Amino acid sequence: MKPLLQSDAFVRVAAPVAVGIVLFGLWEASFRLASVPVYLFPKPSDIFISLVQHGPSLLRALLVTLRVTLQAFIAATVFGTLIAFMFVQSRAIEVSLFPYAVLLQVTPVVAIAPLIIILVKNTQLSLTICATLVALFPIISNTTLGLRSVDPGLANYFRMNRASRLKTLIKLRIPGALPYFFGGLRISSGLALIGAVVAEFVAGTGGRSSGLAYEILDAGFTLDIPRMFAALFLITLTGVVLFTVMAALSRFALSNWHESEIRAET
Amino acid sequence: MNVLPPPYTFDDDTEPMATSEGRPPVVEVLSAEKLFPNGTRGLAPIDLTIADGEFLTLIGPSGCGKSTLLKLIANLIEPTDGRLLWWRGDHRQVGQQGRRLAFVFQEPTLMPWARVEANVRLPLELADMPGVKAAPLVEDAIARVGLSAFSQHYPRQLSGGMRMRVSIARALVTQPHLLLMDEPFGALDEFTRNRLDDDLVRLWWERKLTTVFVTHSIYEAVFLSTRIIVMAAGPGRIFRTMTIDEPQPREVGFRDSPKFAAYCRELSTWLAEASLPRSGGGEA
Repeated sequence: MKPLLQSDAFVRVAAPVAVGIVLFGLWEASFRLASVPVYLFPKPSDIFISLVQHGPSLLRALLVTLRVTLQAFIAATVFGTLIAFMFVQSRAIEVSLFPYAVLLQVTPVVAIAPLIIILVKNTQLSLTICATLVALFPIISNTTLGLRSVDPGLANYFRMNRASRLKTLIKLRIPGALPYFFGGLRISSGLALIGAVVAEFVAGTGGRSSGLAYEILDAGFTLDIPRMFAALFLITLTGVVLFTVMAALSRFALSNWHESEIRAET
Repeated sequence: MNVLPPPYTFDDDTEPMATSEGRPPVVEVLSAEKLFPNGTRGLAPIDLTIADGEFLTLIGPSGCGKSTLLKLIANLIEPTDGRLLWWRGDHRQVGQQGRRLAFVFQEPTLMPWARVEANVRLPLELADMPGVKAAPLVEDAIARVGLSAFSQHYPRQLSGGMRMRVSIARALVTQPHLLLMDEPFGALDEFTRNRLDDDLVRLWWERKLTTVFVTHSIYEAVFLSTRIIVMAAGPGRIFRTMTIDEPQPREVGFRDSPKFAAYCRELSTWLAEASLPRSGGGEA
């Protein structure tokens, strides 16, 4: 058994936490000494108090945002993967459709969100559509890249054994694409959250209340700055949790074979 | 049904002869020529007959077309002119029925996400063999290359030599009638290479497997082969043929014998001649 301080897992958690504690301590102490007013910039303690005070409403908002994020993430994963499969089936399909996928990617969601929110009556649905559009592209591009990045030697072997297209896809292309796919998932999970929050902002300014972004807007209107920070804190936390889950999923699926997930053996 | 003669059985324990006389040919290359799209002549017209049970090695300087010839024999590339016959029939009609050939590449080309067992099972799966039927074959092939203890390992957990063994097991599992190997041990250290050569001789002998082998190593060629074809470049052609008329299966001690050294010396001289720019036509 190695001493705790030398254990990799412990250091990986403890080191960032220690940095966080020091930063929060400095923030708290310096703002106290300079007595910065709460309505300009709150101290961590103010934010924490607000978090507890507005707990129920913030939690409700968090659930709304989380639902939109997860729905969008799942939709983006399903559609993105399907589109990627379509792309690798034929060069013609990819060449004719890829520019539109790029178009989708470069159009800022803030610009199209009002349109979607007007067109789609259901707020939940319209928000999910916006977030999906943001999260879709990394899945498409990564999965397409993965499905194309086949080891040429193995591809040759499959050809020599007269493997059907379907078998080559299942036995060779899909497993080979997994590392890229998981990379896409990681990026996409964060983007789904960003898309959801941005869409909520747009919907919020339009008077349709929902989610953590609306909490931030609302707190801004009433100059309740600590509540704004509390909502922001929850958004950040959600993002971190999503990323961690995706990283764990990727490690679970690839740890046996892929270089990116293999821990150095000491 | 099958218009080809019945498959040769594995328990046929007649001594494979060093020469091709009297044994049915497995592969016949009939004045096959290869021109590459850019106009270079890969192979001058080549005539070559490979008899059943032979261990034939192709050796020669870089660019002499030995890999091209091997691919041509495997029907991975089409000759520009001339013909290829497998088991006395046009290779196009042979198909999968009865006659199987297996190809071992220079790289192990294993699926990194699959365990050894799944990697070896791959060709059977691609041929739609049911799992119940495949399992004992897979187990046997892994045992033959001495990796039974590692069947649940992933390729990255194995050494280079072990990965190559997996690749050989994957070739053996289909019970091929013709084994084609393109510098399979080229990337391995000499010690590992010798050990794999010993194994290969044993496997070849057990199965009476017709083998065509491409190598850069003189020692490997002499140790393994019943016949060695020295090739020369520009365009790729057969320079000379050496028959190694030694008892089978080769013992490890053969490597230390004076005869072995004599063969190696002669082969080395031939190779030097074959490497000379525009060397003579060789023996026809």
